Amino acid sequence: MDYDTAAAATIWANGRPVYDRGENVCVIGAGASGLVAVKNLREHGFGVDCFERETGVGGAWNWRHDRSPVYGSTHLISSKPFTQFPDFPMPDAWPDYPHHSQVLAYLERYADHFDLRQHIWLGTEVVHVEPAPDGHWDVTTRGARGGAERTQRYAALVVANGHNWAPKQPTYEGLGEFRGTVIHSSAYKDAAQLRGKRVLVVGAGNSGCDIAVEAAQQAVRCWHSVRRGYWYAPKYAFGRPVDQVNDSMLALRLPLRVRQWISHRTLKLTVGDVTRFGLPKPDHKIYESHPIANSQLVYYLGHGAITPVPDVARFHRNSVELTDGASVEPDLVILATGYLPRFEFLPPDVLGADVDEQGTGRPKLYQHLFSRRYPTFAIAGLLQPDSGLFTLVHWQTVAFARWLRLRDRAPAAAHAFWGKVSAGSDRGWTDAKVTDSTRHWYEISHTKYLRGLQKTLDELEQA
Amino acid sequence: MSRTVSILRPMEWAYPVPPARREVMAATPETDEGRPPVLFVPGFGHGAWAFAEHWLEHTASRGFPAYAMSLRGHGRSGSAAGRAGLRAYTHDVVQVAASLPRQAVVVGHGAAALVVARALARYPARAGVLVSPVLGGWRSGLGALGAALARNPFGTLPAFFGAGLRLRRGQLFSRELPASKADVYTHRLGRASALAQWQLLLRRDPQPPVGGPPVLVAGSPDDRIVSRAALERAARAYGGAPLLFPGMGHDLMLDTRWREPIDAILDWLVTAQPEVPAQARRDTAARVRG
Repeated sequence: MDYDTAAAATIWANGRPVYDRGENVCVIGAGASGLVAVKNLREHGFGVDCFERETGVGGAWNWRHDRSPVYGSTHLISSKPFTQFPDFPMPDAWPDYPHHSQVLAYLERYADHFDLRQHIWLGTEVVHVEPAPDGHWDVTTRGARGGAERTQRYAALVVANGHNWAPKQPTYEGLGEFRGTVIHSSAYKDAAQLRGKRVLVVGAGNSGCDIAVEAAQQAVRCWHSVRRGYWYAPKYAFGRPVDQVNDSMLALRLPLRVRQWISHRTLKLTVGDVTRFGLPKPDHKIYESHPIANSQLVYYLGHGAITPVPDVARFHRNSVELTDGASVEPDLVILATGYLPRFEFLPPDVLGADVDEQGTGRPKLYQHLFSRRYPTFAIAGLLQPDSGLFTLVHWQTVAFARWLRLRDRAPAAAHAFWGKVSAGSDRGWTDAKVTDSTRHWYEISHTKYLRGLQKTLDELEQA
Repeated sequence: MSRTVSILRPMEWAYPVPPARREVMAATPETDEGRPPVLFVPGFGHGAWAFAEHWLEHTASRGFPAYAMSLRGHGRSGSAAGRAGLRAYTHDVVQVAASLPRQAVVVGHGAAALVVARALARYPARAGVLVSPVLGGWRSGLGALGAALARNPFGTLPAFFGAGLRLRRGQLFSRELPASKADVYTHRLGRASALAQWQLLLRRDPQPPVGGPPVLVAGSPDDRIVSRAALERAARAYGGAPLLFPGMGHDLMLDTRWREPIDAILDWLVTAQPEVPAQARRDTAARVRG
């Protein structure tokens, strides 16, 4: 089809030409989730246009991207078997926990191996998406550094814009008058930023713990502010990556309570009692919050290189007051307070009621994937798993591709499936009740989630 | 074949296959015509050399980048700690296939056809080719075993007690191949692990291929290991009929008329490629806009 003449536009909407891309599917984002969506849709026979605002693939894992959250020392939290795509393994020669640059190399090789780059429009930002008649979608794009807008119509839409790029910024009283530097962890790139400083790290997620460890090695002083007690799992147990040990319990289908008992026992015997270092006692059982995998944090607590402190109460001109009344005087405060999913290009009513005008909030989805209102709409990779994401988003996109194919080939069977998607209430996908904060609603247990997805896949394949 | 691929794989996640050094031989065409790479996987006892003899160069001369590998414990590949079974062999094939620059066609010979059938469930190959496939299982396994016992009882029986299966030249080659050459080949044969030999007999059906690749079965009706009925059964499982080369032995790639089957396989590859949806390939220079 001709791309550059207005003559190709056969439809007009809102006084603008709309270029009809026929039965092609639009994928937004060329990070891990976008790439796997392109590959699996192509494999199921669909034509795909993928739009990426950055000038390279790899999304969050591409450190060159201004929205990438990775810092110099980022390594994977989950070991290789849990991290890789299920049909494209990482090389045997790589370590158990690869470095972020290896993950980028892996994604680039994936794009080349499956010849995906011909379907990806780099440097092209999606500014607006609008539902069109017959389940189609009008996608408006423009060059990421400006340029004219252009609207194209697609038969289906996969949103894979990631959920680790829009910082969740907490507000504190007195933050404005504080004379030290305050950054979000997304602006933390290199350990050199810590050298010679007194550093306060706020937040005990995986990035918070990683940065606290780096501060212990590089900074003059490191305080680590944690709101509550957590379980600090080491990256290795019994000489094997800890997630592999954990899944051997799942392979045996041990019930949750037994697994919790074994894990508590193991942590007690190996990591020991963390309250001895001044950390709060965990206020929940293991598997009830997003796991922290960090062998070094407790080690540096034991060396006095990290001082645990409670939550921040307020900021003063030269100090930070804590909830226990004590105060510390850092030069640099790093807020490792996480990220929020954001869909600024989607009208809120497409996602559901809980999304605000900025496109932040909780979309209404079935299996964290299918829209409940629009059969041709899916969000890929909006999951916070207790393992790696790539395997999960692979099967998500296979399910969506099978669903689109089923709609073409067997409308009756598709109707039955859609009844379930649009009506049923979604269940929780975690093993235990999760007590985390803003992202608890997309927290999932990989086994439970995949078991549900397997049912969907089988159902969509059968018909 | 079982009907669906299982996506919950706690055993594979919790107990990953230990790495092993792998022998991979390559022959690349003089000009890159954009054809998919072809990976040859030799069967039990054979190494990459079996394909390096004729097929590797011939495939490259027809414009396909060609690779031949040895499974762990075979040819010049290393061995690894722990017992090497079908899962470890499958892992070897998937690792090599995924390391190639583009999506590959995977060709398995003999018992490696079963390894490749399993690898197709773990790697979305461009296409799969099963040459003289020994797909195992009680039915065809016992058939092949009965034939092997009748022809070569002293080479077959010890395999029940963990020894390597010893094959004779009469089982592998046609009479057209000079005995001196056939003896050289038979002397180069190694052995598969005892575990893998047992798994061949006791195996479960492989899961279906991912990505829906076309699968071709090729063999000889005069093969003394795989019967014509077994070839037809294998082809039927993938919804086709086998390509037959009468008068040849089990080792199609080493027999005197090695050229016929590989030419037929490559011809099939050119015609059977799943159709790429019509979409103009856009110039890469125009990729970065704005």
